[in-house]
Amino acid sequence: MTDDKDVLRDVWFGRIPACFTLYQDEITEREAEPYYLLLPRISYLTLVTDKVKKHFQKVMRQEEVSEIWFEYEGTPLKWHYPIGLLFDLHASNTALPWSITVHFKNFPEKDLLHCHSKDVIEAHFMACIKEADALKHKSQVINEMQKKDHKQLWMGLQNDKFEQFWAINRKLMEYPPEDSGFRYIPFRIYQATTERPFIQKLFRPIASGGQLHTLGDLIKDVCPSAIAPEDGEQKTQVMIHGIEPMLETPIQWLSEHMSYPDNFLHISIIPRPTD
Amino acid sequence: MPSSLLWAVDIFGRVYTLSTVGQYWELCKDTQLEFKRVSAVKQCCWGIACDHQVYTFVFSGDVPIRYQEETYENQRWNPVGGFCEKLLPSDRWQWSDVSGLKHQQLDSFTLPSPHWEWESDWYVDENIGGEPTEKGGWTYAIDFPSTYTKDKKWNSCVRRRRWIRYRRYKSRDIWAKIVSRDDPDQLPDPFNDISVGGWEITDEPVGRLSVWAVSLQGRLWYRENVCHHNPEGSVWSLITTPGEVVQVSCGPYDLLWATLWEGQAIVREGIDRNNPQGISWSIVESPSPENGIMHVSVGVDVVWCVTKDRKVWFRRGVNSHNPCGTSWIEMIGEMMMVTVGLNNQVWGIGCDDRAIYFRQGVTPSELSGKAWKAIVSGQESDRSQTGSSTSLLSAGCFFTDDIQNQTNAIIQGDADTSSDTELPSVPMNLANTPPMGAAASSSGNGTGNQTAEIRANVTADPLDSDQGEATVALTNNEKANLETHKSTNPGPSAELQWTNIDLKEAQKHPVLSISTFAETSSLSSLGMFSVGAEEQQYGADEHPLWAWVSGGGCLVDLHSPLKWFTVPSGLSSSVQSLSLSMTPAQTAAWRKQIFQQLSERTKRELENFRHYEQAIEQSVWVKTGTLQWWRNWKPHKWMDVRVALEQFTGSDGIRDSILFIYYMYHEEKKYIHVFLNEVTIIVEVLNEAKHSFALYTPERTKQRWPIRLAASTEQEMHDWLSLLNMSCCESRQLQGPPSHHAIWSVTCKGDIFVSEPSPELEAGPQPMPCDQMFWRQVGGHLRLIECNNRGIVWGIGYDHTAWVYTGGYGGGFIQGLANSADNIYTQSDVKCVYIYENQRWNPVTGYSSRGLPTDRYMWSDASGLQECTKINTKPPSPQWSWVSDWYIDFNTSGGTDREGWQYAADFPA
Repeated sequence: MTDDKDVLRDVWFGRIPACFTLYQDEITEREAEPYYLLLPRISYLTLVTDKVKKHFQKVMRQEEVSEIWFEYEGTPLKWHYPIGLLFDLHASNTALPWSITVHFKNFPEKDLLHCHSKDVIEAHFMACIKEADALKHKSQVINEMQKKDHKQLWMGLQNDKFEQFWAINRKLMEYPPEDSGFRYIPFRIYQATTERPFIQKLFRPIASGGQLHTLGDLIKDVCPSAIAPEDGEQKTQVMIHGIEPMLETPIQWLSEHMSYPDNFLHISIIPRPTD
Repeated sequence: MPSSLLWAVDIFGRVYTLSTVGQYWELCKDTQLEFKRVSAVKQCCWGIACDHQVYTFVFSGDVPIRYQEETYENQRWNPVGGFCEKLLPSDRWQWSDVSGLKHQQLDSFTLPSPHWEWESDWYVDENIGGEPTEKGGWTYAIDFPSTYTKDKKWNSCVRRRRWIRYRRYKSRDIWAKIVSRDDPDQLPDPFNDISVGGWEITDEPVGRLSVWAVSLQGRLWYRENVCHHNPEGSVWSLITTPGEVVQVSCGPYDLLWATLWEGQAIVREGIDRNNPQGISWSIVESPSPENGIMHVSVGVDVVWCVTKDRKVWFRRGVNSHNPCGTSWIEMIGEMMMVTVGLNNQVWGIGCDDRAIYFRQGVTPSELSGKAWKAIVSGQESDRSQTGSSTSLLSAGCFFTDDIQNQTNAIIQGDADTSSDTELPSVPMNLANTPPMGAAASSSGNGTGNQTAEIRANVTADPLDSDQGEATVALTNNEKANLETHKSTNPGPSAELQWTNIDLKEAQKHPVLSISTFAETSSLSSLGMFSVGAEEQQYGADEHPLWAWVSGGGCLVDLHSPLKWFTVPSGLSSSVQSLSLSMTPAQTAAWRKQIFQQLSERTKRELENFRHYEQAIEQSVWVKTGTLQWWRNWKPHKWMDVRVALEQFTGSDGIRDSILFIYYMYHEEKKYIHVFLNEVTIIVEVLNEAKHSFALYTPERTKQRWPIRLAASTEQEMHDWLSLLNMSCCESRQLQGPPSHHAIWSVTCKGDIFVSEPSPELEAGPQPMPCDQMFWRQVGGHLRLIECNNRGIVWGIGYDHTAWVYTGGYGGGFIQGLANSADNIYTQSDVKCVYIYENQRWNPVTGYSSRGLPTDRYMWSDASGLQECTKINTKPPSPQWSWVSDWYIDFNTSGGTDREGWQYAADFPA
């Protein structure tokens, strides 16, 4: 692999094998078999689990079925986080397939947003893209786009069409040649250990001295506790798309190549496993 | 995509080409001359050689370049002799052109240059206006000039006929010198730069070219009448310019820029089909006032330039209506020169390393591209080398007075000898030491302990020290930066003449000696590589130093990947350091780490789960059906199965397919699946009463247990075979006919299979075993097959007929491919099937078909073990049919009697 474009492909086609099992307390007419699926890392749970829903509804009494939600080891999974982020944050370094519990009852209102239709996901997704472009280009690029371009971004994600999506998204990743990067980097940092959902700040890709800011600079600035002291052992992992990029990686490059389709860099900081 | 070529000249004046589908620089076929500049288009390349003469290299092609010369023979009737050569004083000449105004005798026609030859002698054209005329092609008229008819009438007083002779351009695939027939006073002074383009000027005749040249005195010349039928053109016309020109660049359309000594660029305006030379000039100032423009290159609607400080600039807003553009944009990187090719793709020669860089990401919407990427392709002759690279410690270069024989060799020193002892400098003349190359190359293939021998070889060679001062060239420098030799090499004999390398220097100092480099220990990490081939110029770690590159004939398709950027395996190269100066981001550790981790992630998260269902449906069910499957548990038997071929697009964008076979096992539904990209071969199994075929993968070959499937009809089996074969090809990205490098084979049944070698095959330490290669069937039936590396394939059928492969593909059961129907012809083969009638003599009836109980069958095969009656002997497969009835063979070895019998005391046991 020699081309940066290959990174985009790898990011796009990242898949997590998952095993869905019905929560034991759900009442069924007959035993529910687990359901195995390859989940696209960049998509959203409620967008890609129609098959799962259908599979489990078959064994359930119609009146028992209400809104589906997912949980992993006691943690309700927020559908509005990309799947890859959920996995990195809660389940990386565990055995595959990722075993997700399916619920139809007791919707955890305080943890999850409702998702009654795909339109809700689309609205959320587009809102993220717009927010990202506000940070990157003062919304100039996204506002210049036509409605159908917006639709193409969404359809690209929904139907897993890489080319279709990137034909448009490419424009969102450009910046004027006289600048060396975006205005601000759209990023969110998530920590499994804190209550706070995520950290988001204004952060420029280029230092005032002109040198490129790196992933390490960002973490140091935003979440200094995650960086090991000089002499100490690195106790955390900084993960994006299931990999740990070196802290020397320029943040601008990461933003261009390893953002999720919503144009945000979703970075998970998790405790390093002690094996 | 048809391949096209990138042309380049190295600092020794050697011309190389690199194919868009290739991975290696190939030395130009005609190596008689060294060149300074080349300018290529698709069909030819123009260049200025070291003699300052202009040459053109026209590719050979299917269409000959012919020119028809014609002249007319005219006669007048007179009452005495009838039609005769005596004409009236007022008449035209006896031999003239069509108008009669120009005297043209047959022997007045001469070939325009030595590059032409006559195709035949003169002959009379017997066709007038497409109709054959009678009697020698004469046409008649009342008088000259008039309307001629083919019929002689009572008032036909004059007649004429046309004579034709063809000449053919013969100097193809070689450098043909442009011979100037101009007046010597008018002759341009020696040429300095050349540029070819203009073949796409709107509405102009196909094959016309604009050839522009700059002479040493700064004058600009245009070559008139260059076209397909006249590849050399006719004369040089002087084009006035507002100043002295140094360099010129002509795009495929109407864009033409040149640079002036003063550092401005001039832009030609008014170029169109009627005026390919253009009309007037506009001046464009240099982007930086203190550094003038040194070099300019134009494409369809882009202009790139290099200023004297080696900075690269892109001209914004250039198009046909505004050839001057609007403003300059500075680009990253420092270059010696740049060249714009087809599709506005850009190449440049790096300033520091003299490597050729390709501008990545040039698209119609982003004409300035994204980043420079070094082309690290090796040279043709690298291919045969296998480098035991790490064991070699240092490299030396030797040059002879004959540049053709320049060669490079690796001299390896043991770490202890070379690091602390100074080797005496050993002048040697390579021209006298042909064994040297061979010895050196063996060191590359072998192990390090051969080197002592090599060194002995060197010193034992006759010394020829009167050839001049010995100079030292031993480099460990990764960048092969000649400047650094001087500063780092401390050897006493290190009198380096290299800082200004050109051909003359190399000739003046043909003799180079070897000395050790004091710090060899620092070299041990460097992979070195030995080269012994005669054409070899550079070791693999010393990439070629380029002087000029031309992309005018090079069509880079944005969708097909180039193989220029990866080092062919087996070569160790300093790629990293090459591109470091240009795009540090591409080689930085963090980047590599991301690539590596991503592929590890994919492996971890996907490898064992590929059979899981995809959340988002992408796959297509191509075909489902019912077949029979030879089940793989005992007792083996055919059982009915459902079969489905599912096609999907993998994460790498390659279409792949899985064949699922659903079966019942103890009333439980189960399936097996095969990834078609793992299939190595699919073969028809000619089984009595079953139309079956077998599918092999490397694993199944090892187990000797292919997947065997049977269809109920022959047609159905062929449908499956055809579809499965196509899917296999698709998943391996094989398209079209077998390549020239394909490996051909025939099975014992006469079926023909082809395998494409993977590019790694040639360089890999171990060639791939043939049972792991993918073999696809092409139609036909042969007993023997032979191919060469130019794609020529011949075979011999069972009936001893010779066959040649026409380039078609498919055939056999793959008949429905619409795009492959060309060049498929019916092949027939005849095979003789022999059976034997056996008889035993007995006293009562003589010879009869009643044998002893211990005897063989009365109708058998040659061995006597198999019963073969006339009725039960069937053609080998449904594709065969009997062409004759059984008859007696009288030509059996050993001879026969008149009825064809052979005799023996007894049948062998």
